[in-house]
Amino acid sequence: MDAVFLAFILMLSIFLGFELISKVPATLHTPLMSGANAISGITIVGALTSAGADLPGLANFLGFLAVAMATINVIGGYMVTDRMLSMFKKKDTGGQS
Amino acid sequence: MSWEWINVWYIASAALFIFGLKQLGSPATAVRGNQLSAVAMLLAIVVTLFAKDIVSYEWIILGMVVGGGIGAYFARTIAMTEMPEMVALFNGTGGIASLFVGWAALYGTGIGAFEGFTIFLSVLIGGVTFTGSIIAYAKLSERMDGAPIVFGAQRIVNAALLGLIILCGVVFCLDPVPGSFLFYLAIVLALILGVMVVIPIGGADMPVVISLLNSYSGLAACAAGFAIGNNILIVAGALVGAAGIILTNIMCRAMNRSLSNVLFSGFGAVKEATKVEGEVSPINTEDAFLILEAASNVTFVPGYGMAVAQAQHVVRELGELLEENGCEVTYAIHPVAGRMPGHMNVLLAEANVPYDQLIEMDDINPRMDNMDVAVVIGANDVVNPAARNDENSPIYGMPIINVDHARTVFVLKRSMASGFSGVDNPLFFGDNTRMLFGDAKASLSAVVAEFKT
Repeated sequence: MDAVFLAFILMLSIFLGFELISKVPATLHTPLMSGANAISGITIVGALTSAGADLPGLANFLGFLAVAMATINVIGGYMVTDRMLSMFKKKDTGGQS
Repeated sequence: MSWEWINVWYIASAALFIFGLKQLGSPATAVRGNQLSAVAMLLAIVVTLFAKDIVSYEWIILGMVVGGGIGAYFARTIAMTEMPEMVALFNGTGGIASLFVGWAALYGTGIGAFEGFTIFLSVLIGGVTFTGSIIAYAKLSERMDGAPIVFGAQRIVNAALLGLIILCGVVFCLDPVPGSFLFYLAIVLALILGVMVVIPIGGADMPVVISLLNSYSGLAACAAGFAIGNNILIVAGALVGAAGIILTNIMCRAMNRSLSNVLFSGFGAVKEATKVEGEVSPINTEDAFLILEAASNVTFVPGYGMAVAQAQHVVRELGELLEENGCEVTYAIHPVAGRMPGHMNVLLAEANVPYDQLIEMDDINPRMDNMDVAVVIGANDVVNPAARNDENSPIYGMPIINVDHARTVFVLKRSMASGFSGVDNPLFFGDNTRMLFGDAKASLSAVVAEFKT
């Protein structure tokens, strides 16, 4: 794909990212970080094609390693973020319930 | 499915990621936001599995089972106090995954100088992220001494490493072929560089490092996206990169230091702080109880020590007792309290403290003059008035929580040792300061017991 076109997407995404994240309150900084961590596991999409495509054995094996590492990121990241976020409670519903 | 159709689905996935992140911005909708983001990820993975390039699924299934098992195990069993090292470790796995993706992309067809460059970049950033995160993990989990490791020629060694990597990169990009010696050398050098950049950084600066590595793990995915020409990798990677940069920036501002100052100069190399001397006034738990019982406005100021002592539950218990007693209870959170951004918030949330009682530094400081009691639990630098008054202090200029403005300050402290940055704290010698020596959890439990009798 055209490199300039990809750079265009990159530029827009970075600005969008800054817009979105700068509004997150300090209370949620840890979940934001682990949530972002899970999103960085998106590299799994690239890993899938390396692991499954008709490529030399080494490339497939590297793809496998990448799939495994990225899956740790995705599954672990989303689960732990969910666990953390479910603990955040407002005053009314909070306390020992 | 052809790549055109997969890209159409990627648009939907990107929209879900963006919407999910937007909802992650408010505690009320954050759970849903995270779930939306997970759906986006699932969608991206599923449509990619239908790509016509994929001819066999053995490696994929094996990788997913192994990775999923490990990820789920850690996510379920990890204690909330271990969250910083967990996040550090996950940053690392993201980085190494991007390294492998870039490396594998080298075996594809039509690798020119541009593809070579992006492959090199993803391997480089991925490698630095990986070993950097491992060191951060080791420091945070105290498998390694948290103190900065500095030696004389450090900058020269780092500059030489970086120069060698760039040299490898240039030569490699001119002729990007699989199995190039320079490529392997660059991987090794990137891994070494990751170690070198994190070892000189002390434990108290970890919030900055974790945020920065978080950003790198996104940028590595971004670079891998360029290497294989994949939109969704670029979009999602850039979002993570931006998130990490913003957090890094917030953390640096909260310490009144520039990023380069955090990364390149360990604490202690700076001017000698003015020696503080004076008499500390200890207090016992009975007297502490009497003062707290009479107070109508109490704020708790937690720091890393609260996490170490696992005192968050007993803090919440004391807070509830005080509220039943008609007292207004708040929790004052400094942005860099603890070892990662938002560390204290998560611990207190775990202990069932409602998030609307957690007050940020800029909002609590104007209220400090009317505060009857400020209870400092395992915090030191973030409440050190030397940051305001003493120009010679290494932390001079760092915004702090002005607990010394409260009518009475209780400082819970194990003993009279100075804090992580080795800075003397004049707060301990203040007229309105009472030191409650001993384990924070034990001391607070004793006060709670007084309340119950």
